[in-house]
Amino acid sequence: MSAEATTLTKAATARPEPAAPRATRRRRLGPGRAIPYGRAIGPLLLLAVWSAGSAAGFIDARNLSAPWTVVSTAGDLIAEGRLQSNLATSAERALLGLLFGTAAGVLLAIAAGLSRIGEGVIDGPVQIKRAIPSLALIPLLILWFGIGESMKVITIALGVFVPVYIHTHNGLRTIDGRYAELAETVGLSRTGFVRHVVLPGALPGFLLGMRFAVTAAWLSLVVVEQVNATSGIGYMMELARTYGQTDIIIVGLVVYGLLGLVSDALVRLVERKTLSWRRTLAG
Amino acid sequence: MATHTGGLTHARLADEGPAVRIEGLVRSFGDREILAGLELDIAAGEFVALLGRSGSGKSTLLRALAGLDHEVAGSGHLSAPADVSVVFQDARLLPWKRVLDNVVLGLTGPGARDRGRAALDEVGLAGREDAWPADLSGGEQQRVSLARSLVREPRLLLADEPFGALDALTRIRMHALLRRLCEAHRPAVLLVTHDVDEAIALADRVVVLDEGRIAADVRVDLPAPRGQGTQRYAALRAGLLRQLGVDQDGGAPVRADDVVTPVGG
Ligand SMILES: Nc1ncnc2c1ncn2[C@@H]1O[C@H](COP(=O)(O)OP(=O)(O)O)[C@@H](O)[C@H]1O
Ligand SMILES: [Mg+2]
Repeated sequence: MSAEATTLTKAATARPEPAAPRATRRRRLGPGRAIPYGRAIGPLLLLAVWSAGSAAGFIDARNLSAPWTVVSTAGDLIAEGRLQSNLATSAERALLGLLFGTAAGVLLAIAAGLSRIGEGVIDGPVQIKRAIPSLALIPLLILWFGIGESMKVITIALGVFVPVYIHTHNGLRTIDGRYAELAETVGLSRTGFVRHVVLPGALPGFLLGMRFAVTAAWLSLVVVEQVNATSGIGYMMELARTYGQTDIIIVGLVVYGLLGLVSDALVRLVERKTLSWRRTLAG
Repeated sequence: MATHTGGLTHARLADEGPAVRIEGLVRSFGDREILAGLELDIAAGEFVALLGRSGSGKSTLLRALAGLDHEVAGSGHLSAPADVSVVFQDARLLPWKRVLDNVVLGLTGPGARDRGRAALDEVGLAGREDAWPADLSGGEQQRVSLARSLVREPRLLLADEPFGALDALTRIRMHALLRRLCEAHRPAVLLVTHDVDEAIALADRVVVLDEGRIAADVRVDLPAPRGQGTQRYAALRAGLLRQLGVDQDGGAPVRADDVVTPVGG
């Protein structure tokens, strides 16, 4: 027995020492470390091509004004106050539409999410509405509400309402049923349950819906402002088209783009602040 | 029908009034009767472990006691205190609430947060009040859930395999903690487990659920610490395992009157 054990020990020590653990290099599968300001590369390249093309005369100014023309036109529009007043009108429409659409989407989603009757009554019509693009309703809305501000705000609100409803409702439905059980055992009231469990649980869905909603709001805004408007960024661009002022059209496009970027960044900021409890891959 | 044979139990009930009294409890899913006329009393402050095979209806019984079986068909009489706390197998913390807010969830009154802090201190988590549940380990999450249960000073604590998801070392530490907390707060406890050693280590009394009834009702009167090496421990363990249908060592002699008191049939 002991002799056997000794042999075994010897055999073990006789075995060549394993080489110092070699750090096996694994091939990296992820895209690697982020380049600082990496996202700016593409847009800057585009801008460079545009500038070079305009300077060299490859791009006809009637089709696409040079970047510097666009900048000076923007300066003029601001000096005259035209840009600001049109922007204010547009922003007001978008915000009102966003406000009403979001309120309707959230209220209906909660009603549909918390009761079976609510779901039966509300969910079907919303799914039908979802199949019809909001912009296709414009002719009907014009007949009903005329071509004034209310038609514009309602069109935007309809476009906003759908994504807010869909994602909030989905967020509500996917709240873990075990949390409802917990709420019962700790004696939460119905309102306490909604406040501590339902609303925070649906918040990620709601915020995702808001990101789609903001995009939808700007999209609807562009369309309604090019139909029968007498003010707003879209109107300014339409007017420029009749006079062939490409530079003003591009100023309008840039403004729309900035609005979209800023509002998306805002929603994402709110997301980061309010959802800090979530540890996702994004960090 | 099953009747209790433990005279001691009844004496204690008469003194303090039982925390739980279950008579002829029937619960069925479809035409499968899971609980078939179950009888069980738990005295105030008594720590009862409920053993049973998987699918024997342990959770069904616990959910009935917690009042969580809304749509389950059944009959029978069941009286349990209104202030019941439940510890689930998953810690079931709301991920969007910080630790302290989870502990005081549903509590009202001015001192609630201070009591919550004290409870966290008791489970060894002082200083983690503002952490997110996702940043805690499994054992820490379960300790938060214990604090959430105990801060309500329940008369009855129901726990459904609360340590089932924890690693062995953490589980041993949690046993000591639970034992200590229960001695301090003295709720009646019904701990569901499938682990015979856990049952013996923690409980004053072990009951075995089989075929919808309490098939064995054993008082654990081992001297503390309940060393796993002792003869009586081994006998008790083997007896309980036999009740659960696991026959070790081809049926070593265990005197029934010594450890296991089968009731009913
Ligand atoms: N909601 C339910 N619907 C149908 N059957 C169920 C339901 N809950 C439990 N059961 C059945 O009842 C039996 C007992 O379940 P359970 O009490 O969870 O057992 P365990 O002792 O493992 O906790 C199982 O066979 C299970 O399939
Ligand atoms: Mg179970």
